[in-house]
Amino acid sequence: MSSDLYCTDLVRRFGEHRAVDQVSLDVPAGSFFSILGPSGCGKTTLLRLLAGFDRPDSGDIFIRDQRMNTVPPNKRPVNMVFQHLALFPTMSVADNIGYGLKRRKVAAAERRKKTERVLEQVGLPGLGDRMPQQLSGGQRQRVALARCLVLEPTLLLLDEPLGALDLKLREQMKVELKHLQKAFGTTFVYITHDQSEALVMSDRVAVMRNGRFDQVAAPDVLYREPATPFVASFVGDNNRLDGEVLGVDNERVRLRLDTGGEVSGRPSSALAVGQRASLFIRPESMLIGADLPASFSRIETQLSTTLFDGANSRIETRLGERELFARLPQDGSVGDLQPGTTVSLGWEPQRATVFAEAQV
Amino acid sequence: MIRSVPRSRWFISLYGLYLLAFFIYLALPLVVTAVFAFNDSNFPSLPWQGFTLDWYFADAAESGNRTGLFHDQGLLSALWVSVLVAFWVTVISVALGCVNAVLFERIQFRGKELLYLVMLLPLVIPGVILGVSILVFYSGMANQVSLNWGIELDLFRPGLPLVIAGQVAFITTLSTLIIAARLRKFDPQLEEAALNLGATPIVAWFTVTLPWLLPAIFGAAAMAFLMSFENFNTTVMLTGSDTPLTVALFNRLREGSTPVLNAVALLLMAVSALLAMATLRRS
Amino acid sequence: MNRTAGKLSLLLLLTPFVLWIVLLVLLPHVQMLRVSFQVRESWDSLSWGVTQYSNFFAESYYWRTFIRTGVMSMLTTALTLLIGFPIAWYIAKLARGRARGVLFLACLIPFWASELVRTYGWMILLRESGLFSGWLQALGWVDGPVELLYNDAAVIVGLVYNALLFMVVPLVTTLDGLDDNLVEAGYDLGGNHWNVLREVVIPWAMPGIVSGCIVVFMLTLGSYLTPTLMGGKDSAWFTQQIFTQFITRFNWEQGAALGVLLLVLSSLLVWLGLRLTGQNLRKVLG
Repeated sequence: MSSDLYCTDLVRRFGEHRAVDQVSLDVPAGSFFSILGPSGCGKTTLLRLLAGFDRPDSGDIFIRDQRMNTVPPNKRPVNMVFQHLALFPTMSVADNIGYGLKRRKVAAAERRKKTERVLEQVGLPGLGDRMPQQLSGGQRQRVALARCLVLEPTLLLLDEPLGALDLKLREQMKVELKHLQKAFGTTFVYITHDQSEALVMSDRVAVMRNGRFDQVAAPDVLYREPATPFVASFVGDNNRLDGEVLGVDNERVRLRLDTGGEVSGRPSSALAVGQRASLFIRPESMLIGADLPASFSRIETQLSTTLFDGANSRIETRLGERELFARLPQDGSVGDLQPGTTVSLGWEPQRATVFAEAQV
Repeated sequence: MIRSVPRSRWFISLYGLYLLAFFIYLALPLVVTAVFAFNDSNFPSLPWQGFTLDWYFADAAESGNRTGLFHDQGLLSALWVSVLVAFWVTVISVALGCVNAVLFERIQFRGKELLYLVMLLPLVIPGVILGVSILVFYSGMANQVSLNWGIELDLFRPGLPLVIAGQVAFITTLSTLIIAARLRKFDPQLEEAALNLGATPIVAWFTVTLPWLLPAIFGAAAMAFLMSFENFNTTVMLTGSDTPLTVALFNRLREGSTPVLNAVALLLMAVSALLAMATLRRS
Repeated sequence: MNRTAGKLSLLLLLTPFVLWIVLLVLLPHVQMLRVSFQVRESWDSLSWGVTQYSNFFAESYYWRTFIRTGVMSMLTTALTLLIGFPIAWYIAKLARGRARGVLFLACLIPFWASELVRTYGWMILLRESGLFSGWLQALGWVDGPVELLYNDAAVIVGLVYNALLFMVVPLVTTLDGLDDNLVEAGYDLGGNHWNVLREVVIPWAMPGIVSGCIVVFMLTLGSYLTPTLMGGKDSAWFTQQIFTQFITRFNWEQGAALGVLLLVLSSLLVWLGLRLTGQNLRKVLG
């Protein structure tokens, strides 16, 4: 498979701080690639390196096998949707979209035709004469996309463009963005701190922390088999239990919890007996009730409160100093729970991941 | 106090009365000046002698002792001098203002804070002092040069170049503030977006940044023109034989007032009002 | 951005700024300071000394005018604040919609005319043959023409008139930013007009008040036209003495010294004002 974007060992230092630290990535043509990380993890810096607004201290950037390191931003086959969209307030929608074509010296008639077509494609036919200030948030978003897509870039970079939208519109745009990407077939590199955006839209997601990639994988792999404790806790909700390794056998680790009791999980790396370790288990994998299969790990917890939220209803329980969450099924399988009572929770060991604590 | 807080009746009426008095206070001198520009009397005061346009159009050569503004060579040439000075002050101070705005809003360098304060200095220096210091420096230099080498630096003698220099000294600060305020609201990402869409840095500046700054540049230009036109304190210290209008009017006024002065004043008000109105409409 | 390009653009942008500030502001003032310490012994010989400054202190006319100018300027500033604040409050908080814009514009109108025109207007109103005198006679309150011009009160009226805009605009801007809820909260928590004004409104408006006061004070201290045209024999303004030294007597050394003193006075008072209110110049002017 051919790569649209290929980077090796990118480093960008600001003084002593390495904002981007030995990052390598490979994005296949036509795919939707997300970089997910908390603010300050270096994802914006990485994106600016790709767009050409910043130069790497070392490492190489290749786009369609062309080395890009010294190519100025206006000469790269890369376009970008900015965080605050950066629509030119002094120009109409059509002039915004025609801006890049004009720079390529496309004739006026051709420009108008292309502008009209792309406006139709993003679902805004006939709005070319409006000023950006007259559009709604979602419409502006589409204009920003159209402005880039009309240039048919090899690579489209998106810098958290949904951040400014309200929740409902954001949900809607997530789906739409994915459809548009499929329709245009352009390679998208999308950065976000919102794990739901990354999981819903992407073919592959890179989780970034302190300038490095913790894990690069498909969304479902990322969710089910996190490679590091950071990924486990950053992507989706997770419960964490600390303890000491009692034994490792048959792809299972047995842990003695600090709060007492013995539980099992899947080791993410080699673990030695006696080592400190943390077990991560998702709320929906934690089942409530005493009558669970014998192979399950169990813990006894104190119920703090129940949080009703339709299909996402959960209970909050306490084990020692830790707060744990478990899914509360709404199918009547769990009876009425009173705060303060003891609740027994259990999980299939295959669903839990255990990391050596040193990694945390 | 505010609308949602109840106020007593007498408080409201007292407040209203005060507002009325205030706006009468503001308007009265100007209205009176304007009205007396049309009084058919040789002295701008009561009683009202009837309406006349003599103070604009009368020609002493044709009709006795009155000389209207449009036949008063002294005032007309002073008006022309003022326009000339204001034009150059506008061009120079707006150009400097643009460069300064970019310097302070877009470039990071050591000692920027200090330089910014230095940039503000002309605002806290009284206009008379500004004029005097420029007079002492340049005219003094011309004297020295003349004394020591016999070269006459007429450029540095009191005259229009010094007047322009003196006005540029403080008007530049104002135009810098106006343009910088607009540039501060400019999102630098817009320039990056332009580069990203294939523009070179220079094209990006002219297609994206400059159109954004244009209203502020027009505003600064109108402000600079008016400030220059109306300036007296700095100008009076630096004029030579060609006197700008304000200085000429001042000299006339000391000799005694005639309704021609009212006519000039009304003309000035009308022109400034038009200029101000045009600027306000644009923004 | 590469380093040399960055350096080059900094240099290109810095050069006009430096030329302007050094050639038109800094060097002239340094030269003025230098000249003020020169003593002219004969037409072509100079020596250094503080004669000009000792003249200032020895000649009571000089320092009396100096103090008078300072005090009158402060009085004008205070009066302008008192008169302007209710107006600014009305525009920022009470007026609605169109009225707001119209009132604000009305405040600006006088300033489309130059200081000279404004002063001239007041002269027509106040002088012996002026309108006020005529009206007072018509009302029968006075017997003959009265001279209302050429005294300190007239000067103050003119100065306040000239300064109002520079007080009202910054006040409107800051008061505009005051959230009505803060005032409502003040009343809700048991405040009355007076202590809500003192403890909520005024602290909030402080940057605007300081900024307005500084600009008004500077303008008033440095004004020349109004005191000259409206003032009487006893209402000399310090700028007139500077003018006299330079233009009439051609005594640059003495004029420069007086200029330096005026500059020191204004800087000192501005600095003091900023210190006392805990503001800084950048915030107030920029």
